[in-house]
Amino acid sequence: MKILVAVKRVIDYNVQIRVKEDGSGVVTDNVKMSTNPPDDNAIEEAVKIKEAGKAKEIVAVTVGEEKAQETVRKALAVGADRGILVKASGTVEPLAVAKILQKIVEKEKPDLVFMGKQAIDDDCNQTGQMLAAILNWPQATFASKIEVKEKVLEVTREVDEGLETIEVSIPSIVTCDLRLNEPRYASLPNIMKAKKKPLEQIDASELGVDIKPRIEQIKVEEPPKRKAGIKVSSVEELVQKLKNEAKVI
Amino acid sequence: MSVLLIAEHNNKEVKQFTFNAITAASQINDDLHVLVIGKNADPVAKSISEVPNVKKVIHVDNDIYENYIAENYTPVILKLSENYSHIICSANTFGKNLMPRIAALLDTSQVSDIIKVISEDTFLRPIYAGNAFATVKSTDKKKCITIRPTSFDAAPTSGGSAEIVKGENTDPSENTKFLKKEEIKSDRPELGTARIVISGGRGMQSGDNFKLITAIADKLNAAIGASRAAVDAGYITNEHQVGQTGKVVVPDLYIAVGISGAIQHLAGMKESKVIVAINKDGEAPIFSVADYGLEADLFDALPKFLEELNKLNTIQK
Repeated sequence: MKILVAVKRVIDYNVQIRVKEDGSGVVTDNVKMSTNPPDDNAIEEAVKIKEAGKAKEIVAVTVGEEKAQETVRKALAVGADRGILVKASGTVEPLAVAKILQKIVEKEKPDLVFMGKQAIDDDCNQTGQMLAAILNWPQATFASKIEVKEKVLEVTREVDEGLETIEVSIPSIVTCDLRLNEPRYASLPNIMKAKKKPLEQIDASELGVDIKPRIEQIKVEEPPKRKAGIKVSSVEELVQKLKNEAKVI
Repeated sequence: MSVLLIAEHNNKEVKQFTFNAITAASQINDDLHVLVIGKNADPVAKSISEVPNVKKVIHVDNDIYENYIAENYTPVILKLSENYSHIICSANTFGKNLMPRIAALLDTSQVSDIIKVISEDTFLRPIYAGNAFATVKSTDKKKCITIRPTSFDAAPTSGGSAEIVKGENTDPSENTKFLKKEEIKSDRPELGTARIVISGGRGMQSGDNFKLITAIADKLNAAIGASRAAVDAGYITNEHQVGQTGKVVVPDLYIAVGISGAIQHLAGMKESKVIVAINKDGEAPIFSVADYGLEADLFDALPKFLEELNKLNTIQK
């Protein structure tokens, strides 16, 4: 079995986001970038399946600028066998990423495609479902447990009411929740080895898909700030304030 | 052209967030049709027909729709889509799973999780865990939109009498099977719509200690929330998680106990009307959004809090 894992390079989750003064976006210059957190879970799961002898090859793919290959290298350091960088500049919307991944799937013919359930930059939560749709594959989103069985996956999904378990046939797409597993850290020797693993670069324009944005970003602004509150000195004071000042209890 | 909203329900009752989505959808265009796909879901279709904002209910009923599977819903919606300018549903796990599948097959770039309708093609949506707001304009002919339910009031549920028409089912997918749902039944209000939410974080130290929170939730008729750290540590189950990758809540009162206030948690609760933080670390970022902060050990503060609540003559329900 072969697993394709899609990863995205995003502003690190610990970075305090700053909005550009001209309203054209958020500041990304000299800001720490990392792999989108649930994409780390997607890679980890693929590696675990391979370690269990159920997969032969893991291919990590990303779409983005030249520097996005760091994200692929990290996946290689954790256990992916090969990498692909599809070069594209500017905003590539989830629909366009799904179309690019469709081309990669046609070429690589994986049995499974894993990725994080949501990117923490645009918070869209679309790409996996869109790829499943255009491939006409089943989708198992928000996965917190994956069991690989004969020709099918049994996937536990985190949904608003609790947990749901579904069975999807292979090939299928799985989008991963942060609770799926505990991503490992890459060891230094593995980081060194990853530098020698193959990383293919493809220009998005060679794939023959329309990736022009369909959504115009008119402006980006700071959200309204909450006005500063007060510290209370005791539980009694807190309850009195809630009752008599805020009038919420 | 009209707007099509996909209803979320359990075949008996309409899920509350559908009423919030109805408000958002009717702000886009008041010719609003609602699609109910289910098994023996007549009571659902009837309830929705009574919402004054709804002009028409399309009801597709078949045994194959007993459980919600995006692969089975999608072809029904695609078949109806040509009559509509916008397809809309809530940005909860139901809509997040479903809408991109529809959008991709309509070759539309979806606009996710909108918090405001500016015009029929322009919307406001949070990005970066709500640390920035983006105004975006969709240039696609057909628009696929998910709405953040807590940003729109629920539509009134009575007074209307929209016609209910039957729609056709499509063939079910053979590649996706529903196996089971572990739904935790509780008499407490739902987290997403509760007037008061009390949440625990890593500071609770164990699942057992959540009983301190439960006792107060019982007293205040509050829903129980949690930070991701508390869910990851196994103190409480996933459906309680509030935050960027969990639920977004906007209660009148949010009480954060033993929660440091990572931006990912704030993303799920900082629009609450009144925020209380109880934390022994006076530097915890949660205090920066709290209207009332109490720097104290939660194991002392929570029992006292309950005691003080018990002294009150009346408590709002």
